[in-house]
Parts: sequence; structure tokens; C-alpha cells
Amino acid sequence: MRTTISILLLAVVAAGFFLCLADVPFGEPKTQVGNYYIEEGRAQTGAANIVTSVVLAYRGFDTLGEVTVLFVAAFGLGAVLGAAGGKRKHEPIEPASIVLRTGCRFLFPMLIIFGVYVFLHGHLTPGGGFQGGAVIASAFLLVYLGCRERRINLTRKTWTDSLGGLAFVVIGLIGLGVGGRYFLSNFLPNGVVNQLFSAGILPLIYIAIGLKVGAELTGVVDDLLEETE
Amino acid sequence: MSFLHNYIYYIGAAGLVLIGLLIILAKHHLIKVIIGLSILDTGVNLFLIAVGYIKDGTAPIFSRPDLDPGRMVDPVPQALVLTSIVIGVAILALALGLAVKLHREFGHLDLRKIKELKW
Repeated sequence: MRTTISILLLAVVAAGFFLCLADVPFGEPKTQVGNYYIEEGRAQTGAANIVTSVVLAYRGFDTLGEVTVLFVAAFGLGAVLGAAGGKRKHEPIEPASIVLRTGCRFLFPMLIIFGVYVFLHGHLTPGGGFQGGAVIASAFLLVYLGCRERRINLTRKTWTDSLGGLAFVVIGLIGLGVGGRYFLSNFLPNGVVNQLFSAGILPLIYIAIGLKVGAELTGVVDDLLEETE
Repeated sequence: MSFLHNYIYYIGAAGLVLIGLLIILAKHHLIKVIIGLSILDTGVNLFLIAVGYIKDGTAPIFSRPDLDPGRMVDPVPQALVLTSIVIGVAILALALGLAVKLHREFGHLDLRKIKELKW
């Protein structure tokens, strides 16, 4: 009964989709603003990756809101699960096999280096702070799975998290004071496009975001894994 | 066939959204509902990317300075999807946390038996 009603409802939704999308051409340019960013992005922000210049330069304030949403969700998860500040009980866990342990020790530094590479080169190649942070969090997840008795240092995690967020806001405020009329305006030279030291403040912001997202997602993994033990 | 060729991404994205909605509406297990939410999220992301696609376009990255700006796909939907993915992760984490809490409270995740959710 419930399934039948759901399918009937979904048929109405599908008809609505069809009516909306029938006139939208696929593969045609649709907006002017995208062209503007592609034409002017390199000269105005110095970043070779136009998506990065949209995310951090043209819409940097939105990204601050996005980071805040992620922070609130990670904080809320800790609050819901009651892990924040509370005492944790550590029962003895059966250790992983030697293959898993060795593989995890071998891969952990490489994953960290790859994550740092992804967020350091966010203004040049596909990637950026959020993606690099996710890779770093996956390295810590590997540690949780492979070397099961190891736990991250929660104090250090909180400090990294807070300092990353603080660095983002401080860079924005310096831009407000030194660089120009608005929050997060660029106060460093743009440099030569396609070099590592280019694009002004964008790599600095992505380093802050990368550390913050890495610490936050590691905290999420930690909260959810503690529950299963 | 040309219809399929032109609109396959829209069809796929709308299909993912509908599948996600169907799971959310019809399933009784909370974890399955959360999986449906995640599938719906993926469908919306795919739809946004498909709207921004330009035929034979390249990624909007000037990895070589001589790339033609006229052939690049729209960067704005990609930036929006970057935001959307992060928000999706946040929602997923919070929903799973609430599911863990519910399981601790009731011992199961069957939505038909959790009367406190009914209104």
C-alpha cells in the first residue's frame, strides 16, 4: 500500500522533472557568469584552476559558511553521541594481522603526503582543501582499521581544527584591513599563473581548510568508531 | 536514439533522485532511509554537473596556458557541487549519529516500531 502510493507520487514528480527539463538543452553554454570567470579568472585571482578561484576568491565568504556547516555537523555528532568531553572506556581489542599492520604503516605516510599535495596544489590541479582533507582523514581511518590499539590525540585534533578555522577568518580580516574594501580580499601578489607560489592568498586559505577538514573528518570517524566498540 | 544520447545524464540524474525518494518513502529501516538520502544527494550533484557540461568541453583548469577558454565547461556548477558534497557528508554523518543514538535507545532501527517518530 505504502509502496504503491509512493510510486504514484514519484510518477507525478517524474512528470514534473520531464516538463522542466524537456526545454533545457544538453551540452550548450547556458550562463554568462561562467564565461566571465573563465575569461577573467586568471588575471583577477592568479589561479590556474578556475573552480578554485570561484570557490575561494569570488565566493570565498560562502566557503566560510560551508566550513562552518561542516564544523557544526562534526560538533553535533560529538554532542549526539555523548563523546565530547566524556570519559571513554578502552576495552582490549584483538590486534590486526601482521599483513594489515605492515600495510597500514607503509601506506599511512604516503596518504598524508598525497593529501598535503592535493591541498597545496589546489589552485593548479584538480583538488583543494576539502578533497585533501578527506584524503588525510582516510589515512587516519586506515590507522583505526589496521593498527587498532592506536588512537589519535584528541587535544591535537581539536587544536588543528580550531587553528585552521581561525586562520581562515584571520586571513579574511587581514584582507579587510590591508588589501581592500571587503572581507577576504587579496593582499598578496598574484604571481605567475601555473606556479606553486601564485594566486595570492588562495593557497594559504586552502592549507587552512585542508588541515581543518582533515581534523574534522578524523573526528567524525573517531566518534563513529568509538560507538562500535 | 539521439534523444537518449542527448539527455542520458538528465535521465540518469533524475532516476537517481527518484530512486532515492522511493527508498526514503517506502523503506522502514532507518539505515536504508539514510542510504536513500545519500543516493538522492548524488543524483542532485550529477544533475548540476550535467547542466554545466558543454559538448566536447575540457575541465576549467588552465594546466597549459594555450587551452581554449571557449571550450571549457561552466565552473560555477562545479563549485556549487563541491559545496553540496561537503554538506552531504555533514548530513550523512549527523544522520548516522542520530541512528546510533536511536539504536542505543530502542535496540532496533525499524521505523514502524519507533512510535515516538510518528506525528
